[in-house]
Amino acid sequence: MKHRYLPMTEEDKRAMLDTIGVSSIDELFSDIPEKVRFKGEYKIKAAKSETALMKELFMLADRNADLKRNVSFLGAGVYDHYMPVIVDHVISRSEFYTAYTPYQPEISQGELQAIFEFQTMICELTGMDVANSSMYDGGTALAEAAMLSAGHTKRKTILVSSAVHPEYRDVLKTYAKGQYLEVVEVPVKDGVTDVEVLKELVNDDVAAVIVQYPNFFGRIEPLKEVEEITHASKGLFVVNSNPLSLGLLTPPGKFGADIVIGDAQVFGIPTAFGGPHCGYFAVTNKLMRKVPGRLVGQTVDDQGRRGFVLTLQAREQHIRREKATSNICSNQALNALAASVAMTALGKKGVREMAAANLQKAHYAKTAFKEAGFEVVYDGHSFNEFVVKLNKPVKEINQQLLQKGMIGGYDLGRDYPALANHMLIAVTEQRTKEEIDTFVKELGDLHA
Amino acid sequence: MHNHDQALIFESSTPGRIGYSLPEMDVQELDLVSLLPEGYIREEEAELPEVSELDIMRHYTALSKRNHGLDSGFYPLGSCTMKYNPKINENVARYNGFAHVHPLQDESSVQGALGLLYDLQEHLIEITGMDEVTLQSAAGAHGEWTGLMLIRAYHEANGDMKRTKVIVPDSAHGTNPASATIAGFDTITVKSTDKGLVDLEDLRRVVGEDTAALMLTNPNTLGLFEEEILEIAEIVHQAGGKVYYDGANLNAVLSKARPGDMGFDVVHLNLHKTFTGPHGGGGPGSGPVGVKADLIPFLPKPIISKRGEEFVLDYDRPQSIGRVKPFYGNFGINVRAYTYIRSMGPDGLKAVTEYAVLNANYMMRRLAEHYDLPFDKHCKHEFVLSGKRQKKLGVRTLDIAKRLLDFGYHPPTIYFPLNVEECIMIEPTETESKETLDSFVDIMIQIAKEAEENPEIVQEAPHTTVVGRLDETLAARKPILKYQKN
Repeated sequence: MKHRYLPMTEEDKRAMLDTIGVSSIDELFSDIPEKVRFKGEYKIKAAKSETALMKELFMLADRNADLKRNVSFLGAGVYDHYMPVIVDHVISRSEFYTAYTPYQPEISQGELQAIFEFQTMICELTGMDVANSSMYDGGTALAEAAMLSAGHTKRKTILVSSAVHPEYRDVLKTYAKGQYLEVVEVPVKDGVTDVEVLKELVNDDVAAVIVQYPNFFGRIEPLKEVEEITHASKGLFVVNSNPLSLGLLTPPGKFGADIVIGDAQVFGIPTAFGGPHCGYFAVTNKLMRKVPGRLVGQTVDDQGRRGFVLTLQAREQHIRREKATSNICSNQALNALAASVAMTALGKKGVREMAAANLQKAHYAKTAFKEAGFEVVYDGHSFNEFVVKLNKPVKEINQQLLQKGMIGGYDLGRDYPALANHMLIAVTEQRTKEEIDTFVKELGDLHA
Repeated sequence: MHNHDQALIFESSTPGRIGYSLPEMDVQELDLVSLLPEGYIREEEAELPEVSELDIMRHYTALSKRNHGLDSGFYPLGSCTMKYNPKINENVARYNGFAHVHPLQDESSVQGALGLLYDLQEHLIEITGMDEVTLQSAAGAHGEWTGLMLIRAYHEANGDMKRTKVIVPDSAHGTNPASATIAGFDTITVKSTDKGLVDLEDLRRVVGEDTAALMLTNPNTLGLFEEEILEIAEIVHQAGGKVYYDGANLNAVLSKARPGDMGFDVVHLNLHKTFTGPHGGGGPGSGPVGVKADLIPFLPKPIISKRGEEFVLDYDRPQSIGRVKPFYGNFGINVRAYTYIRSMGPDGLKAVTEYAVLNANYMMRRLAEHYDLPFDKHCKHEFVLSGKRQKKLGVRTLDIAKRLLDFGYHPPTIYFPLNVEECIMIEPTETESKETLDSFVDIMIQIAKEAEENPEIVQEAPHTTVVGRLDETLAARKPILKYQKN
């Protein structure tokens, strides 16, 4: 058969078979026992030409309501943000996207340096000493933070705030099972972690206290109080943080966090139906040698030239095998590059300006909802999300909003039974005043 | 900083420059102090670079030139399946309806995305011969851990709590034992015979009522098909264990043998290897997991199902191991893999494996005179050489790898698998032409001659790269892991 990805001609094939000393390709498969040999062809769809396939898949994609044509107020961990156009141009350079992990540093300096810069930027935003080269996503990064904490403290209980993303908590519970850890959820009071209950729950078996900042409801958690309680019992203080918010908020490192994790999807990475996004993982110097995943370090070559290498690999699975404390191998390198480009484009001023725009526009929207007579639940200091109480199921309202080109907020009743008919609304810098006003009005009409 | 060093973006920063264009601020701005609690407004700004858009593009273009990708040249990295990354995949993954949909939208508004995932599952079920597939795992290692958690849940559901051990061959990838540990198992190693295959006697010795699973790559990391696979599976099943297929090497057996027909109970695939999701410089990948019927109840939540004509996310899975990842896996990579499968069709996928295996055998035969060939039989998609002969001349496998850089090649995988001395592991893939294979072989032969006649040129390589061999000891002893202003 002929195919544009398969360059061998019949002549090539014959010459190669001669060199090998066999008369057919089939002979090369003679070691596959008859009993397990698959005969014939897969019963799958026939190949399509480039044009026909692109058309088919374009039509399939078109069946989805996308965020370009619709106005989105949906967040809950994944956001419609400004994506500097330059990001896609950089990550489309195939020297980056068609490379493997940079195991040969002499011909991988571009990727290695880009990761080194990513690590630096994550440290700057989080206020931490060391950041790795990325994790799959915020959820698995959170689970890895819990495992690191358990290994480091030799303790078995993880306290996680109920105001941490519900899906992240679910992932944590799955990992915890593998590691025989007990996960205890700390309740929420008035929209933030209940520190009084937390005080009662900490004990000398608590490896980590995990909170989210800003939390799942958009609220600013009292990191100062949580840190004091956590460290008084000698557990590790883990903060899951939206790194965009840290352009404006005091970084968790300043509050004494031991591990800061989260997702860098907010920086130039498309929502892409939930992935691939880009987990990040940052720690204090004390925990440097326990970080999961890859780390890039600076060094010199034999002529004193600066260069970068994968380093401290003695931590990793390919060296430690069954003694490894994490099994991560492939991570999200290309998305870390995308996030780096976006963080670079925003720069020192832009990251703060963009974070502030989220805060201001979300505050405007929250006020507009109140003025329109809605009850804003868990009201208080928040970043770019807040909770509005409705009198109908969120799912029903969202289906109607979609008819008007709007993607409504998240149905909190899915995870918090007490919050049935409550919508978590995200307002990013992308939303215009007009879009916000229309959304409030439409919701008001549906609500009436 | 050395004169010839490539500047870090931070070193190119100039206060006052910007590289962004944010949407207009069209609502009234309030004083930040009124909007945030005291002590929670950042005092020191994050030291991100201040550069113009052109500065950014030049910087990353310069970095890209210091990076070797598959599009730059041949990349015969064993066990990594560095095949061509079709460009159509990149276009399709960027369609608005795929790239810009939110995972928490109402199901009715993402029928196209769910439909694609469902059809990809169906295709992978047929390709692997399994009964069900989940697309949730983000990468190979993540798939391994997911698969092992399924096996654990299965044994526990049967009240079989003593099964605490996972068996891996000595040639296994490091992720296998590491994944077993993270899933809460102990690892036992089973030996290979001098023919490079699982030692059945040793396997019979190590299996028992504590065996949870055997993890196997087939063909194995030496590129050899485990001919006694049915017996291997039988031994493990007799002992009550499950057999796990590491799909890293699936490119060797498409349309030739299916894990589901070989006695495997669980498989993971690396869509970024066999199915051309690009490697991205180390990810993102995608590591779907396929299972036989008895393991379906334990699959991670949610499952994508079809109800009538509608695709739904099914969370009602009481025996599920739970969630392994937020949302539904690395969708963007799954879109690319689906596009690839649909570009190839059944006959195309069959040809993929045939050419991958033809290419590997051709290179192996051409190199066999010049390097030691520890396992002299037909290989599958990859083969291993040993640099033992060159080592006696003072040239190590690492030197050979570095010398290849001078000729514009990415070296093969080296020092893996661990059971071959001075190992060189070559995987050409099916997308390379005979000319490319011949040129590479010619250079390998030249290097073998250099090792005899002029070993210094190999020992001191590379000579043409932007940096020479880097001091890795220094990097680990005095770690510098981020930019520090002088």
